[in-house]
Amino acid sequence: MKLQVDGREAYAYTGGKPFDSTLPCVVFVHGAGHDHSPWTLLARWLAHHGHGVLAVDLPGHRRSAGPLLPDVESLARWVLALLDAAGVARAALVGHSLGSLIVLEAAAKAPDRCSHLVMIGTAYPMKVSDALLATAAADPLRAMAMVNAWSISTLATKPGFPSPGNWHHGSDLALRRLVQASAPGVNLFHHDFDLCNRYAGGMQAAAKVRCPVTLILGCVDQMTPPRAARDIAAVLKARVVNVPGGHHMIIESPDATLAALRSALA
Amino acid sequence: MAGSSDPGFDTLALHAGAAPDPATGARAVPIHLTTSFVFENSEHAASLFNMERSGHVYSRISNPTNAVLEERVAALEGGCGSIATASGQAALHLAIATLAGAGSHVVSSSALYGGSHNLLSYTLARFGIETTFVKPLDIDGWRAAIRPQTRLLFGETLGNPGLDVLDIPTVSTIAHDAGLPLLVDSTFTTPWLMKPFDHGADLIFHSATKFLSGHGTVIGGVLVDGGRFDWDASGRFPELTEPYAGFHGMVFSEESTVGAFLLRARREGLRDFGACMSPHTAWLILQGIETLPLRMARHVENTRKVVAFLAAHPLVAGVGYPELEGHPSHALAKQLLPRGCGSVFSFDMKGSRRQGQAFIEALKIFSHLANVGDCRSLVIHPASTTHFRMDDAALAAAGIKPGTIRLSIGLEDADDLVDDLKRAFKVAEKAA
Repeated sequence: MKLQVDGREAYAYTGGKPFDSTLPCVVFVHGAGHDHSPWTLLARWLAHHGHGVLAVDLPGHRRSAGPLLPDVESLARWVLALLDAAGVARAALVGHSLGSLIVLEAAAKAPDRCSHLVMIGTAYPMKVSDALLATAAADPLRAMAMVNAWSISTLATKPGFPSPGNWHHGSDLALRRLVQASAPGVNLFHHDFDLCNRYAGGMQAAAKVRCPVTLILGCVDQMTPPRAARDIAAVLKARVVNVPGGHHMIIESPDATLAALRSALA
Repeated sequence: MAGSSDPGFDTLALHAGAAPDPATGARAVPIHLTTSFVFENSEHAASLFNMERSGHVYSRISNPTNAVLEERVAALEGGCGSIATASGQAALHLAIATLAGAGSHVVSSSALYGGSHNLLSYTLARFGIETTFVKPLDIDGWRAAIRPQTRLLFGETLGNPGLDVLDIPTVSTIAHDAGLPLLVDSTFTTPWLMKPFDHGADLIFHSATKFLSGHGTVIGGVLVDGGRFDWDASGRFPELTEPYAGFHGMVFSEESTVGAFLLRARREGLRDFGACMSPHTAWLILQGIETLPLRMARHVENTRKVVAFLAAHPLVAGVGYPELEGHPSHALAKQLLPRGCGSVFSFDMKGSRRQGQAFIEALKIFSHLANVGDCRSLVIHPASTTHFRMDDAALAAAGIKPGTIRLSIGLEDADDLVDDLKRAFKVAEKAA
């Protein structure tokens, strides 16, 4: 589905059904260097079970026009503008990694518009090591391989995403390369990780959130270890659900993540 | 997973896609010989059918044992996933049928396995898919053959029968400039010798019957997607970028940015053509892959010894192995195949067809049969078998001489192979 947000074309995957703004809406926001596609199983399930779904490509990522936006706060405003464009007054906001910071900030900026906040694979602060940022700047392909290795906890992801027979390590690397290529002349991968690293408004934002909050964390996540989310969880008074897998638990444990998400939205 | 990179090739050959079975603790990959899989409830069933959940429904579409093989081959190739098929031919057909239909066009290397040539020349033509063949080293020919209807370029990493090395970096650039993917048959090289995705290829298939299985026991194929081709940007593939009426209007490139091709190939091609692999076959191929790095190293080591022997033998007119300086692909082989050029090659014997036959019949360790890539050494004399209906002129046009003999070097002691060949040459000499 194509929308006009702030005068530019924006894309949102709608779960295999036409978007219906009269249904309870769920907005999915992806992580650094990704697009909407890691969400498709969850989005399809919700779209076929009574929800209107918008799984966005962030500005400058694949199907949404650029430019890249400069900080988490701008991206949060863009998400709220996207709700306006879709005719949605209130939505559940679900984000993964960088996306979790964006939906947190959006929920803080417009508490009345957020029915549920779900932060997946999150931490605050979401500090990125100097070594990774330097590698991302100098050799993004090498940095993608590093993130890939740290994000996936197993060599045997079952039952396979989006279907059996897919090799998640290869899929994720290929996705990052395609998303990087969708922003010519810009090091999107470094940009996104730099956003995570620079975001400093998490605790202030958490204090403003008024809706039910759920954190879904990968038990063996090396990128955002569960312990790194304790402080923000306390401020948010969040329910924390641990699911099997690493930082990419959406893909490593799609059924467990769906179960956690369903309970968060109940 | 620890460390800052994925595991190495040998580790992936043993572990990719497989973990101890959660139900039984079995360490080896279980063989799931079942047609179908029980649903938890009606909602679960519906969500599997509608691709809201991942999982197995029916073994023609997917199976847990096959999935291990598919992940493992994808891991070794550096791809995003793969599909196990009934044979290498089925993998080639699945690739083309997913991207092309009546009115479509393929540009292919002319240096192909005979079965692939038949499929492209005759069978697919009957269904309206036309192919233009170009010599693999004719770079201008590749470019000139592309038409608005072209849907892919195709070649073998080592062409048949002369082992022309496909210039994947150049041919893939030509393909990409035209918004097209490059498909390669990597059967002869396996990912241990070359990873075509690293050089620009977009799709790979294997006859897993050969080196991946490695023991001459099963027929199977694998089709691998690198996940890097941008189907949306190309604009030539509505099969992947527009709603598909055969699956609830699904737009595959929206469902999976990198896995669109495999989704369509599985959800349409496997579903409708049905050329799936038996889980038992998948298991046997997995057994082979676990020792692929060890076997390929030995295949190449033995081949180099046999090639050196043949190149110096007075009854040999020529040896077609790209590591030899006189081979037309020698420079490309050094660039793309530094670990070796595989273990299947041909040499030309001086003498008549009768001498060629006498040579073959005198061999004791080499088995006379129509296969390659076995752990046992194999031999065939094309002029008296696969091409026996051709006269000498027709053989010459096919690049085959009356004395051309194809060898597939196995894992025996190299000295024994050389002794076997020496003995056969003596018999052939007497048959003059």
